[in-house]
Amino acid sequence: MFQETALNVRDKKVQGLFRLIFLMMTLLLIIPVLTILGLLIYKGGGVLSWDFLFTGPTDGMTAGGVFPALLGTVWLVSVALVISVPIGIAAAIYLSEYAADNWFTRIINLAIINLAGVPSIVHALFGVGAFVVFFGFGTSILAASLTLAIMTLPVVIVSTRESLQAVPQAFREACWSMGATRWQTIRRVVLPNSVSGILTGVILEVSRTTGETAPIMFTGAVFFTPFLPQSVFDQTMAMSLHLFVVATQVPGVPEELPFGVALVLIGMVLVMNSVSIAFRVYLRGRKKW
Amino acid sequence: MSQAKHIDFDRRNRDWYVDKVVQFIVFFGGISAIVFIIGIFVFITKEGLGFIFDTMDPAEFFGSPYWEPSDEDAPEYGILALIAGTASVTGLALVVAIPFSLGSAIFIGEFATGKFREFLKILVELLAAIPSVVWGFIGLTIMNPIIIDVFDVPVGLTVLNAGIILGLMTAPIMTSIAEDALKAVPDRYREAAEAMGATRWQVIFKVVLPAAKNGLLGAVLLGVGRGFGETMAVLLATGHSVNIPTSVFDSVRALTATIAAELGETAVGSDHYQALFTIGIFLFVITFIINLTADLVVRGVRNG
Repeated sequence: MFQETALNVRDKKVQGLFRLIFLMMTLLLIIPVLTILGLLIYKGGGVLSWDFLFTGPTDGMTAGGVFPALLGTVWLVSVALVISVPIGIAAAIYLSEYAADNWFTRIINLAIINLAGVPSIVHALFGVGAFVVFFGFGTSILAASLTLAIMTLPVVIVSTRESLQAVPQAFREACWSMGATRWQTIRRVVLPNSVSGILTGVILEVSRTTGETAPIMFTGAVFFTPFLPQSVFDQTMAMSLHLFVVATQVPGVPEELPFGVALVLIGMVLVMNSVSIAFRVYLRGRKKW
Repeated sequence: MSQAKHIDFDRRNRDWYVDKVVQFIVFFGGISAIVFIIGIFVFITKEGLGFIFDTMDPAEFFGSPYWEPSDEDAPEYGILALIAGTASVTGLALVVAIPFSLGSAIFIGEFATGKFREFLKILVELLAAIPSVVWGFIGLTIMNPIIIDVFDVPVGLTVLNAGIILGLMTAPIMTSIAEDALKAVPDRYREAAEAMGATRWQVIFKVVLPAAKNGLLGAVLLGVGRGFGETMAVLLATGHSVNIPTSVFDSVRALTATIAAELGETAVGSDHYQALFTIGIFLFVITFIINLTADLVVRGVRNG
């Protein structure tokens, strides 16, 4: 029989202690944030209603709802997606299926990492310098969405590349050996097997784009406009900027109103992230290989 | 005599051409990231260049703590106090974030199992998704009164507030990257150590952490980059007053927040406008260096 020595017993105690310490650290990270979210719900939950979502601000933005900002965010995110998803998927296909492992590919990867790492306010400066001034789009949905699209491009590229690379190499080889070209293989074998993974990444990008504030402040989103956007050349309100505005720029806002705006914004982002995660877990469950 | 049969090795049919065209198109997608990163540099430099050559005195720009661009007689463009603001807030954020995120990464990666582990990972991922403007709002409305109450100070929008907010913000991201770094350590390392009779914590401290060292350093560096470039949260939680901080209870102003607060008020092409773009160039260069270093450090693991 295996007899536990005093040393084994001590080791076990030490291990239990460390486990406890690390568990505490994890909980200390998570609990304050959950408490804060709870506080947001407690303070802002009262103003939430269908009216709040579907009416515009009134009385100098001290009352009423968030509808123009909500609609503006939908505009900004949709246009940004139309721009970034095709480019991002093309880039991912190139990197995963065509690119050789050489210095050029390393430079592309470095550019992607840097594109993701450049501060959002620098993206905003770029948007102003390039789209608003140089290309003459003015402060418009188009300029803001282009800025957002470039900023979130790395999200699409990285997640799409990951799901393309998750398709086993043997699938491709089988297809090539039947005489298919690279594109036929990608079109008929690789993409169908990774489309849901790509979709997960796109939902994640939607969530990222929704929350961004700095890149749209000077490129297309405005504090207040009485008009709903009619085309991509109009200015618009946006949820993220609206939270900043009602929290800091408007005098006499009742205390709970900005909490309500924050809740709607956080709700949109977390719901989309949860959908993306649920989708991923579901896919992992039914993976065939 | 039968004629030698001609075999056609030329496979350039329609599908072959389609393949070439697609390859051409996706290649442009591939280089888009390079085009955009160069584009960003070119356009912010183009807007800031006039200031750098005509107005800027490098000694004043980097050495003066006075940022008074709207003074009509003698505008002063010194970013020293702004650098101090950004550095103090990022530094405090790291003090908050590094121990907790490494601790959480070790717990999630090495101790937690099964459903509980998945639950923690998803929670961390969701926390990382909270938008920065919401964090800033939390700093402004929830942290601010707490700090005033607890420390009995007149103002709660300080280095302390922004540092904690930024720390909570970057911790989930650092946790995910650090956990990836731990996961990248091959299981056979752990198995070999366990076969030698090592306990779980001995495996972690003597084997896993040394092996994941570079990946963890990369996680910290990316956290630095995130904190350094964060805009909205810092704008709302620092108090936004130009100041070289002497304690965590001082209000400061960050480089990023200055651009966000002032760009809207400046006329396109004015000295002030160009000075803000010059700050942008500075931010771009610093984050570029941080990201490059992080990439080289992480790559070091794979090659070594």
